[in-house]
Amino acid sequence: MPFRSIRWYGVPCPCLLLVAALSLCPVPAVAQDTIPAGVRVGLTYDPSTRPGVFVTAVAGEHGDSVRAILARDLDFGDRLTVISAEAGPPPSGRFNYELYLKLGASAIVQASVTRQGSLHVAVHDVAAKRVLNVADFAFNGSAPLSAAWRMAVHRASDEVERWITSTRGIAASRIAFVRDQRLWFVDSDGANLTPVGVGGIALSPAWHPTGRYIAYASMADDGTHINVRDLGTGQTRRIPSLGGTNITPAFSPDGSTLLFSAGDDGTDLYAVAPFGGEAPRRVTFGRGTPTSSPTFSPDGRKIAYISGRLGHPEVYITDADGTNAELLTESPSGDRPYRASPDWSPDGRSVAFTSQEGPNLQVMVISMRDRKIRQLTGDARNEDPSWAPDGRHVVFTSTRSGAKQLWVLDTESGRTRQLTRGAGVARMAAWSPRMEQP
Amino acid sequence: MHARIRSLALAALAVSAMTTTACKKKPVVAPAPTPVVAPPFNQDSANAAEAARRAAAETAAKAAADRAAAEAAARLAAAVAAAKAEFAMPVYFDYDMSNIRDDQRATLEAKLPIFAANPDMRIRVAGHTDNRGSDEYNLALGQRRAAEVKRYLVTRGIAEDRIDVVSFGEERPAVAQDNEDAWGKNRRGEFEIIAGANPFKLPR
Repeated sequence: MPFRSIRWYGVPCPCLLLVAALSLCPVPAVAQDTIPAGVRVGLTYDPSTRPGVFVTAVAGEHGDSVRAILARDLDFGDRLTVISAEAGPPPSGRFNYELYLKLGASAIVQASVTRQGSLHVAVHDVAAKRVLNVADFAFNGSAPLSAAWRMAVHRASDEVERWITSTRGIAASRIAFVRDQRLWFVDSDGANLTPVGVGGIALSPAWHPTGRYIAYASMADDGTHINVRDLGTGQTRRIPSLGGTNITPAFSPDGSTLLFSAGDDGTDLYAVAPFGGEAPRRVTFGRGTPTSSPTFSPDGRKIAYISGRLGHPEVYITDADGTNAELLTESPSGDRPYRASPDWSPDGRSVAFTSQEGPNLQVMVISMRDRKIRQLTGDARNEDPSWAPDGRHVVFTSTRSGAKQLWVLDTESGRTRQLTRGAGVARMAAWSPRMEQP
Repeated sequence: MHARIRSLALAALAVSAMTTTACKKKPVVAPAPTPVVAPPFNQDSANAAEAARRAAAETAAKAAADRAAAEAAARLAAAVAAAKAEFAMPVYFDYDMSNIRDDQRATLEAKLPIFAANPDMRIRVAGHTDNRGSDEYNLALGQRRAAEVKRYLVTRGIAEDRIDVVSFGEERPAVAQDNEDAWGKNRRGEFEIIAGANPFKLPR
């Protein structure tokens, strides 16, 4: 309904101008969808500016949904400013780049759903007045608007973000979490909320680096055990238990090792082959202190974890074989410290964790370069951060809207958004790796 | 006047006595003019009477015994229930601590005679936490609490293999509220008999 856009005495808003301009130039866009070989593409991207991007109307079946998902993904990526002007009809001719420049767009995303069942996407560099990149993203026969179909659109969004900013987006990822002591999944944009049918109380989900398996702890009357679930087949394998308490699993970055916490006196970290074949190998020797929540550095060489050896929980790091343990989070004087829930960032540069700050827990991040600690949250109780694959966003548990829900924070800009809503308590979030083409 | 009332009352009594006698439809037994021949002694009916008397006595005795037994059983059941409740009494912990508090030792000491009376008994100690700290660290802390309870009992002579330990962290609160009182009640070690105490024997 373009007439709604007319504001004053027939002076049209920019989007109407745009629509008019686009419809005047009926030259096929396909001719531009090539990049000369050997030419490096990519806009000059400055992380502090968030270049503007305009997502045009999308031709083909469910084009409106595709456009909405693309625009939202690029917005949630926090690296681009999505220009919210009406789309008008899908563009069909030569682009009037000056017009987009006036809208503040550095890039144009032009997409269409093809008859062959894929998503064709072209990104235009507005300043250079040419097509920056083109690709097709297969829906692989998935039903329109289904979870797999949405994931295909998310993959397109992530590539678009990479073309424009040279950093791939994180839309094609999911978050595993615990709600009312059951496992759930939700897509990175909050859609496709799905319970996972595992019996008993489920805790502490952890992703395999392929995204194909998930490890979690399950609690019954006789204790807590570690399980590895194949998300494709639904088959679940229980890791042989060491005593009654087996908690907080974590996969190594190469996927060959599963680390978890177990023990009869205190708890210690044990390494085991996630798919069988090896006896558990003890990694830490806490001498009867509580130890939990391991997280690997992305090169797999180091582990961060919680230990209560000082009489209160602090984050320690150690070599992956358990040697050279050292306190990571230095205790300040004053209040009794309480540091927990470490998660090593995928770029290796920092560890996010939870710290008692005054009356509440807060999400913090420590730089591995200079050990400087930065507080990321301050409103209500915030805890248990998990890094997105971009090493920039974290998902965490917060009480800022009442009961515990999951929120996503951009650690660069401080922008937050609520990921889960509704009844029940959501917690123990684990952000998946990028979901590659199935 | 008093004398008149008394004589009237006497007269009334006499009338009522006569009336009562007259009303009884009993055959009037006349004074026997001839010597009475004693009826022959019937041994069978005497035996029967004696047996009936004895049976009644026995039934009464049995009822009394049953009653006593039932009372004793009820007393025993109450004592067993009390002892089990005593045994199930949780021990409580301070925030983020796993050491046994001085004021909780008596609770643990009270369980020792029950271990002694039931030598085959095996138990599970479950460590719990409040919901203030990290959910995951609380699982580890609950394990420490259960382990501390076990350590205490072992040092008091209970065999190690009679005690399993498990942690439920903050996942099974005793009081699902967010205040100091609830937190204090949730930071606990719980005791569950899992084998070897059926029948449950009371300590002497």
